[in-house]
Amino acid sequence: MGKQNYLKLLGLLIVIAGLPLLIRGDYYLSILVFMGINGLVVMGLSLLMGYAGQISMGQAAFYGIGAYCTGVLTTHFGLSIYTAFFFGIFLSIVVAILVGIPALRLKGHYLAVATLGIGEIVFIVFNEWMSLTGGPSGLSNIPVVHLGNFQFANSLRFYYLVWGINLLALFFSLNIIHSRVGRALRSMHGSETAASAMGVNLSFLKIQVFILSAVFASIAGSLYAHFVSFISPNNFGLMVSIMFLMMGVIGGIHNIWGALFGASLLTFLPEYLRVFDQYDILVYGAILLLILLFMPEGFLEGVPALYRKLFKRKKS
Amino acid sequence: MSEALLKIQNLKKAFGGLLAIVDFSVLVEAGQIKSVIGPNGAGKTTLFNLITGVHPVSAGKIFFQGKDITRLRPHQIAARGISRTFQTIELFGNMNVLENVMVGCHTRFRSGMLASGLRLPNMRRDETRIYQNSIKLLQMAGLASKAEMPATSLPLGEQKTLEILRALASEPRLLLLDEPAAGLNESETDRMSELIYAIRDQGITILLVEHDMRLVMKISDEIAVVNYGQKIAEGHPEVVQNDPQVIEAYLGGDIEYA
Repeated sequence: MGKQNYLKLLGLLIVIAGLPLLIRGDYYLSILVFMGINGLVVMGLSLLMGYAGQISMGQAAFYGIGAYCTGVLTTHFGLSIYTAFFFGIFLSIVVAILVGIPALRLKGHYLAVATLGIGEIVFIVFNEWMSLTGGPSGLSNIPVVHLGNFQFANSLRFYYLVWGINLLALFFSLNIIHSRVGRALRSMHGSETAASAMGVNLSFLKIQVFILSAVFASIAGSLYAHFVSFISPNNFGLMVSIMFLMMGVIGGIHNIWGALFGASLLTFLPEYLRVFDQYDILVYGAILLLILLFMPEGFLEGVPALYRKLFKRKKS
Repeated sequence: MSEALLKIQNLKKAFGGLLAIVDFSVLVEAGQIKSVIGPNGAGKTTLFNLITGVHPVSAGKIFFQGKDITRLRPHQIAARGISRTFQTIELFGNMNVLENVMVGCHTRFRSGMLASGLRLPNMRRDETRIYQNSIKLLQMAGLASKAEMPATSLPLGEQKTLEILRALASEPRLLLLDEPAAGLNESETDRMSELIYAIRDQGITILLVEHDMRLVMKISDEIAVVNYGQKIAEGHPEVVQNDPQVIEAYLGGDIEYA
């Protein structure tokens, strides 16, 4: 990983550490927490889609598996949060392998539809397995995360927990991107024929990155469940999968920083648009449309490109 | 006499009802530059795709260094030491020139996803070696100054060279070149033949598919001619050139007047 990325990472670390000094109030802090949680999912999605070129429209399934796993195990079975947490990761890995082996043989639209189906199946399980998940009425009283006697009870503490994990995941991802494995992922996106001729084991690598994205989503789901202490199937439906996808695309899914940025942007944007009352969805839709029209590469790469374009026009 | 580096025995390939390779056998000795020529659609590229495992073989066997590689998958064959270029350039357009060559080093290193994500010491050592190897290759071909450019922004000749460098990065025993001179002008073709000689001098065996007869006749140690998926002639360039069957395949048969 180049020096530049370390500097960016350090910069982000400082911003995150200092942000609570400027922002007061539980409401704003909780938005920052959701940014971190969504960012984690979308980073995984960026590795899978932006780098490896494999689409997933069912990422909310793994998000939900993480959430329901810790939720159910801590409330119904009284397991410790850590056991439940790792069980969630384990289960999402198992599901990713079972689903990934057949699904990742598909390409493009077919893979999109297959993962859409997976998301829907998991959603139905959450809805119908009443005895465990509570069905549509949801699961409540999920306990607070603690480290020994230290309770992550308020938003500020949880903010640091979520973004701590988020930064570790970002560090891990950046290391992968700037490595032999990361180049193999991107080569697969560039040309599968050439990648395999250079010795890249396509099917193995696809499963690996699919698992990684599932683990990121599962961790995010667990954090979400313990933060809001109440979950219901609607938090993990198709619209949520599409929202994650949208966050990635808007921010720039080919760049992990873009993915993180997109997740943050689309987390706070709807909150800010409340000033438009009932028209907020309309304005939200229009903003997304404009970004996609003028910056198909996403925000992070689109803004400098747009700036250059405008600047050049003035010059000539 | 030692065994041939690559031995192809009675190879057959059918795409549905179409027999692309009918019954093809050939030997490639270590250290040679061997060419496969033939009219368009004769099955030359199919032959490459069978050797590298892109398509499954219908019948017959392929041996590399005495070992059967017929049923192996492409990445396994690459790991055994066979690398290739493509007729239609298959560079990674989403990566820069240097990174393309670095992907070529893939088979020679082991560090996986976990080691990479955690930046373990062995991964960092691998990265340094991959970088140095790749830069050295770029310098050899005079492309080092373009290392950071997007691979597909290079002119055609340099893209072809880059594909060869990427293949060389895996340190293959056998290099398959699929029409390296197609679309190149004369001076570019001359440079290409020098590059091919340089590769041969490193001890890498070359199997070449090419339409540029001037190049083929100049650099080949041996030539195999295929037509309709069958070998119709084989031997030294001069022998093949004067073979009546070869002339017929290229120029068409005598026209018989009534």
